[in-house]
Amino acid sequence: MAKTVDEVADAMYTMVKDAQGMKKLKPMDLTKAMIEMYGDEVDKKLCKEAIKQLVNSGRCVYTYFGGSFLELPHREGAAND
Amino acid sequence: MADNVQETPLLDELEKGPWPSFVKEIKMAAKRNPMAVDLLGQLEKSYREKIGYWKHGGIVGVMGYGGGVIGRYSDLSEEFPNVSHFHTMRINQPAGWFYTTDALRSICDIWEKHGSGLTNMHGSTGDIILLGTSTDHLEPVFDELQKIDFDIGGSGSDVRTPSCCCGQARCEWACYDTMGACYDFTMAYQDELHRPAFPYKFKFKFSGCPNDCVASIARSDLSIIGTWRDDIQMDEAAVKEYADNGMDIQKDVVDNCPAKCMAWDGTKLEIDNSYCRRCMHCINVMPKALRPGKDRGATILIGSKAPIVEGAMLSSVLIPFIKMEPPYQEIKDVVERIWDVWCEEGKNRERIGEFIQRVGLGNFLEAIEVEPIPEMVAHPRENPYVFYEEYYEEDDEEEDDES
Repeated sequence: MAKTVDEVADAMYTMVKDAQGMKKLKPMDLTKAMIEMYGDEVDKKLCKEAIKQLVNSGRCVYTYFGGSFLELPHREGAAND
Repeated sequence: MADNVQETPLLDELEKGPWPSFVKEIKMAAKRNPMAVDLLGQLEKSYREKIGYWKHGGIVGVMGYGGGVIGRYSDLSEEFPNVSHFHTMRINQPAGWFYTTDALRSICDIWEKHGSGLTNMHGSTGDIILLGTSTDHLEPVFDELQKIDFDIGGSGSDVRTPSCCCGQARCEWACYDTMGACYDFTMAYQDELHRPAFPYKFKFKFSGCPNDCVASIARSDLSIIGTWRDDIQMDEAAVKEYADNGMDIQKDVVDNCPAKCMAWDGTKLEIDNSYCRRCMHCINVMPKALRPGKDRGATILIGSKAPIVEGAMLSSVLIPFIKMEPPYQEIKDVVERIWDVWCEEGKNRERIGEFIQRVGLGNFLEAIEVEPIPEMVAHPRENPYVFYEEYYEEDDEEEDDES
């Protein structure tokens, strides 16, 4: 049975949360991981929607360090308060 | 405000000479904006100590978008508090950079209210660059820009803001509607522009003719350059007029033809169009006498980049000729297949040109389902490692028959 956007978004969120501070994940890393985890139950379009939901809801943010990554919102190291 | 401007003897050197000076512009802005004052101070210090004091990157942006804001903080926030945050915003320019004065005034008013007032019209990607604001002002700027129908452009690992030459709006050489194509691609790929999902940046640039005024062959991952596939149009009377007016057609036109496909006997110009390389030289020298052909379209090239991670690369031919008609579906299909392969196999910060070099042109073409053709050979003696399987199959069959 095909996964829903919410389910995929939750699984992606868990991955990002577990990797926070150790490894920066790109959106394609998450997509590949979901396809590996769920097989035919997900596709790239669904993963794209899940990423959009994560970012639009503010659960994850895009970050840039030489490339673009998805991370949990955090206080930026370089930021001046 | 002007009294606060510090002594800047090194920067002052850059005001000398008859050319425009960014220092002069920042000093003008400093008369009314404290960010510009501190920017001058920090810049002078950087020049004096030969150290850059900007911290770059990070998480700043507007809600939902992953590109268009380039985070920048000062390392000297106590000394120069007004540039403690100095983020850049990239704003999607109109195709061909056509504005009304009202639109320009509105953008500048928004930026004077929320930022340093300093702009760069335009950045190398083609965007309107708004220089210097704080994190708190990013969302208000975005909201106000949306009210006047402007949107943020691309940055990071996404589709960068597509750009084009002014095309048929002002140029008689444009072989297709560059502005229409640029707008169409910009709207079609909004998601890819605002939500970075690629290994690295991907740039589209649309040039109307091989003069390539937006330098797409040197700067874009996908260059769409106008061309023609029939004969150059010639007005023989106008050619004669050029000669009568003193132009040395042999020296200035014929001898400079890279394909050596032209001949001039002193009265008549002949062109062997089958050898023409569409370089535009002859047309540029004799614009009243020569014109591009009537069967017009574009050549699609792939893979150029400026030297950032690795060296510079020029685009090479992917599709020698294609008619440029909306909705450009054939091109979009190829583009999406390219993205699929590149996203799947590309390394972090690997541009599409570098990716093709790494995996080999033959493998790349097979993956994107495009047949190899001689026009794809980028330079003499290049071995693109294309294997034509049907020949192997024929050979195998022959061997089987012999045995």
